Parts: sequence; C-alpha cells; structure tokens
Amino acid sequence: MTIATPSKSKHKSPKPRRQPKPYTNSLLAGLLLGAVLFFAYFISGDGLGASGAENRIAIWLAKLIAPGWVNSTPAYIKYGGGIKQPLDHAIVMIGLGVILGGFLSSYFQGRFQRGTTRGPHVSPKLRWTLAFLGGIFAGFGARLARGCTSGQGLNGAATLSVGSWAFLLAFFAGGYALAYFVRKLWN
Amino acid sequence: MLPIDLVANWGKPLAYLFYLLVGIGFGVSLETAGFSISTKLAAQFYFKDQTVFKTMFTAVLFAMPLLFIAVGLGWLDYDRIYVPPTYFWPGVVGGLMLGAGIIVGGFCPGTSIVSTGTGKLDGLLFVLGAMVGALLFGGTVDRFYDFSNSSYMGRFTIPDWLGIDTGVVVFVLVLLGVLLIWGADAIERTWKKREGLFDPATADKEHRILVGVSALLIVLGTIALIIGQPSQADLWNRVAPEKQPLLDSRAVQIHPAELREATYNPLMKVIMLDIRDEADYNLYHIQGARRLDIDQMPSLIPDLQNEPDGTVVVVMSNDETPATEAWKILVSKPGINAYILEGGINHWISIYAPNAFDPIPNPPLPNQPDDTLAWQIDQALGANQPGATPTQKETGIEYTPKIKLQKKAPTGAGGCG
Repeated sequence: MTIATPSKSKHKSPKPRRQPKPYTNSLLAGLLLGAVLFFAYFISGDGLGASGAENRIAIWLAKLIAPGWVNSTPAYIKYGGGIKQPLDHAIVMIGLGVILGGFLSSYFQGRFQRGTTRGPHVSPKLRWTLAFLGGIFAGFGARLARGCTSGQGLNGAATLSVGSWAFLLAFFAGGYALAYFVRKLWN
Repeated sequence: MLPIDLVANWGKPLAYLFYLLVGIGFGVSLETAGFSISTKLAAQFYFKDQTVFKTMFTAVLFAMPLLFIAVGLGWLDYDRIYVPPTYFWPGVVGGLMLGAGIIVGGFCPGTSIVSTGTGKLDGLLFVLGAMVGALLFGGTVDRFYDFSNSSYMGRFTIPDWLGIDTGVVVFVLVLLGVLLIWGADAIERTWKKREGLFDPATADKEHRILVGVSALLIVLGTIALIIGQPSQADLWNRVAPEKQPLLDSRAVQIHPAELREATYNPLMKVIMLDIRDEADYNLYHIQGARRLDIDQMPSLIPDLQNEPDGTVVVVMSNDETPATEAWKILVSKPGINAYILEGGINHWISIYAPNAFDPIPNPPLPNQPDDTLAWQIDQALGANQPGATPTQKETGIEYTPKIKLQKKAPTGAGGCG
C-alpha cells in the first residue's frame, strides 16, 4: 500500500511547531474543498465519502472476529460475504486519505495535538461517552440515508440530487432542533 | 470524454492511489477549515462560529457550476457521474440522525476521521461509535426493510423535478446560496461583537474575501447559465463524425432475421424499443418490444447505460426514419449498443407474415405522412398477429450479420458505497 510519509529532512521529531497556525478562512477552505470535490468527479465520476469507509472497516473487523455472522447477514454479505474483501474498495482509500490528510495538514501547520475537544462544562469521560453515542447515531443514520454529510450531502448537492438536498435540510434541521436541549454540552 | 473508469483503465494500484490522494485533499481541506474541533462544529448550531455552513456551501456552490460548465462544454458526461439516488424518507430520517449525531457527538463521519488524524481522542471514539452504528444498521435492517427502501425515485435531479433547465437551476442555487452565506457571515459577526472577539482589521480582510468569493461564485454560476447544457443536436454533432458513417454504410441497420436470431442468442440481452404511436403498436408489434415516444428516450438512457455487457438495443418504427432519429439519441451517449430494425415493422411483416395482410396500394403517396404502416391491418391484436411472436430460432434466411457486442463504458457508482 502506498502511504506518503511526511518528509523527515526538515522535522526531526514528531512534535508540532510551537505556534499553531490559525485556521484558513472558512470561504477559502470551502473553495479548496470544492476544488477537490470537482476534481474527484471530473476524473473518476465519483465524489467524496467517509461513512462508507467506516462501514467497510467495521465489517472487515466483524469478519475477523465472527465470519459466520457476516456471512449470514444480508446487509454485510454485500460488502464482505464469502471471498469478498470489505477493504478492497475506492471508498476505503478515500477514508484512509482523509485521516492522512488530517494528520499532514495539522502536522505541517503546527496544529497536531493529542487531546480531547470538549465544551467548558463537560468532563473528558462524558465527552468520550457522548462522542461514541453520537457516532452510533451518525453511523446508523448514514447507512439509512445511503451516505453521510459528505457522500450524500456534498456529492448530491453539487450534482443536484433532490434527495440529497432534502437530506442536507434534515441534517441541519436535526442539529438545530436538538441544540437547545444539549446546550450545556457546548456552552 | 471524462470521467474514466480508473480501475479498468489504470489498474487497481494506480486507481487506488488516485482515490487516496483525493482523500488526502479532502482531509486537508477539512482540517484547514477547523473541522477537527468538535466545539467549532457544534458552534454552528448556537449561532456562533458559522464555519460548517460557510465552508460546506462554498464548496458546493464552487463545485456545482464547475461541474455543469464542464458538462456544457462536452468535457464531462453527466450521465456517468455518481448522483446519489433519492430514497426520500430514509434520506430525511438518516439526515435527522446525523443532525443528532453532530449535536450530541460533535462530529459527522468525515470530520471525525479528520479529527482522529489530528490526534483527538473524541474523534476516534466517534469513529468507533459510527462503526458500531453501521453494524447495528446492517444487523437490524431486516426489521424495517420496507421503510429503508421506500420512496425510491432513482436518479432524480432538481431540473427533472421542477422541469427547469439545469443552467437556470445552477444559477438560482448559486444566488440563493451566496445570500445564505452572507446571512451566516452576519450571524458570525454579531456573535463576535457580542463576545468581544471582533477585530476591525481581521473583519475587513474577511469581508474582502467574502465579496471576492461571492463574485467568483456568481460569475461561475452565470457562465453555467450562459453555456447551458448540451442539446440533443449538440450531443449528436459531437459523435456524428464517428457515427454518421455507420448509418451511411448501413452498418447498424439489422435485418429482421438477425433481430430474431439475436433474441434467441444466450450471449445477448436484446431490448426492443418501438417508437411508433400507440395505435400502430396495438395493431401490430413484435413480441417483447416496449413502446415509448421518442421524447421519452433521454430519460431511459441512464437505465440502458446500466445494462450489462452484451446488451443490444434495437429501435424500430414502421420504416426507418423515426427509428434513425431515436438511434441518434441513443448513440449520442456512451455505453449503449444500439441498432435499427432494417425496413422497420413493414419489412418484418413482409418476411414473417407475407400473406396475412393486404398491402396498402401505392404506399408512397406524395402527401402521405412519413412512417406509415404499409399493410392493411384490421384488428388490434398486437403481438398476437401472425409472425409477431417468433416461437423458434431463425433458420434459412440469409443476411449480413451486423451486431457487434460491446464492452460497456463505466457509469459512476461510487460515493459512500
């Protein structure tokens, strides 16, 4: 597998630079993201995605532990039944790229920092629990919607899919509707 | 014309390298916008930091006109790029769940992966949660299988839905989207002033970027509007140098006997499209032929493109003229192996039911409309007419075989698969 590693000539230790660079202007970052989205579509006809990789990695792990379960559940067979290799798919490569891109970008801009991001009144343990819980919701919802904010939202909005615009509207509506009830988590 | 099937053309290692690089670009864009920090993402929903909305919509409004300009110029084939299919209600419920996920868990799947890459433990836990959620879905989907597959509308786009030109839709969405971005910017500004984070110098610079990016998006939207989408004539003109000679040398007009033979060929899947009006179709049609109007042809194309290798589409009319027009529509798009029934239904009848009907005297009257039945058929028996349902393989008639099986061009099928 080809995985680029950061050049070691300039940075001898994995420690970040002391001064993290500020985040890019949200609109300029948006142009960069849009350019990546366009380029992916233009060359390969496929857009971006993230939850697909999570799904396939989860099924790959499940297959390691309980191959019989994977082979007897229709929804898993599609990805990893029999001789099918769940990781052998473009979307998994995109997912690996995302984690690598996140690492490279944060590393070279001095923002790589181990830790937990959380609201001012939330303990790390509570934050981890809620992150896990929110992840379950998101992972389930992304399968039901056949894509997440990237694979359904970004791709479908740019290519004018009716269902994707409805999905995006529901995504923001869901977030805003619940925001009041969990305000103590973030403020 | 792009896109290309990377795995088929470059081989798997190179294609996967491409997808890895796309993923890196995606990850870098998200990280550099600050999407690895859950508090920054959640702030969107408390009318504070509006990065989520601004970055996402700028990306969509930038990529969208670029895509449709590329389609309009004939560089990119819209039919072969991945447009997420619409399952309306499952999509809406899934969207609500992702909304719950981001406000409770602080991420969505993509941002949680980026966050993990920047060393955040909460990002990793969200990723693990999402994996559990995905497995949970797969393990329980049998119980709500019907809902999960409900309100399926296929590849359903806003221009299809509203019946408006794609260029107009793109232009209006860009204008509306830019307005919303300005709204989000105003919300963010109010919040910064309230919290004492407002710095006039930074704000001035950000405002100039806002104006510049808005101008860029509107210019692109306007170009997409002006270029528009290729008309049927444009599409045909692009392929005419290659396809017109096939028509002229009669390489795609297949003899009725070849059609009959093909329907019995186990290596072929023959799709017969009969584009005559309903009256003629009811009088006489070949068993298995599907009737449709020629203007319904474009909406059928994505389905035909998704047919497997070995699919042969045969269009027919009473003679050849309308069928030739329909053929031009089909071959203007890649991936459809289309032929014309030589001499049309009239020819078919003259071979397989030569004595069943009286010929209409002097068919080519000067004021007679084009493409009429050349036989007097009194009863609307459709495929029950003599010769309309061949019960055995063709034998005995000599013809020049013209059908060539093709390997299909790929269609976009990626996304969150």
